[in-house]
Amino acid sequence: MNKDEYKKLVDELTPKENKLKNAFVAFLVGGIIGFIGQVIVTILTTTFELEMVEAYTWLCILIIFFASLLTSLGFFDNWVTRVKAGLIVPTTGFAHSITSSALDYRKEGLITGLGANFFKLAGSVLLYGILSAFFLSILGVMIYG
Amino acid sequence: MIFFNAFLLSGLICLIGQIILDNTKLTPGHVTSLFTVCGAILSFLGIYKKLIEWGGAGATVVISNFGHLLYQAGVEGFSSFGVMGFFSGLLTKSSAAIVSAIVFSFLFSLVFKPKD
Repeated sequence: MNKDEYKKLVDELTPKENKLKNAFVAFLVGGIIGFIGQVIVTILTTTFELEMVEAYTWLCILIIFFASLLTSLGFFDNWVTRVKAGLIVPTTGFAHSITSSALDYRKEGLITGLGANFFKLAGSVLLYGILSAFFLSILGVMIYG
Repeated sequence: MIFFNAFLLSGLICLIGQIILDNTKLTPGHVTSLFTVCGAILSFLGIYKKLIEWGGAGATVVISNFGHLLYQAGVEGFSSFGVMGFFSGLLTKSSAAIVSAIVFSFLFSLVFKPKD
């Protein structure tokens, strides 16, 4: 085997391994977040006797609080680059995107910096979520009554 | 058992996200938007409620839950306020997520400095 063939082989093999590892890490981290979430919900509904809906809302607020705090402290950026979808797909990614743009543009002023760029990354989630839900809920009411 | 289901469900949803990120040119922004819209569609089809029943928090910690909450709030808005409810009710259920993200992000950005 000459050098070129070897290079080809390496190029073929390396990304596949990374993809497999990435997928596993994303599954594991995403799963752990869901598991911790369920533990919190169970504690809230049993010990604090909250309604299911209230427990899910508190869970959402808690996750956003901690994701936001950890982003501000500087841990989250490294974690996101390593774990990727495991932290981006949960609500942590939503909070992370808002907090990191708030931190980055803070120095450019409260209005033109922070204010204008606050929803730079999370804006698309809000926009397309609201648009799709708006038309789908109209469609749903028309179909299901 | 619900704990295992929650682990499996949110893990699988993140796995799908990672596969999309690795194999297409879509960015994290595309994936989160796509998942939110998918959540609204699954809610429209009546699947998302079943996912929450089966996987508990596994279905509510992911961003697609945002789409689900928006859709449910739209339908509930219509049943209490008629056509106006689509406009006035759409954000009621997801208010906690939006408001907490805004408040915490703003406060933390005042207190902490960006690292680097």
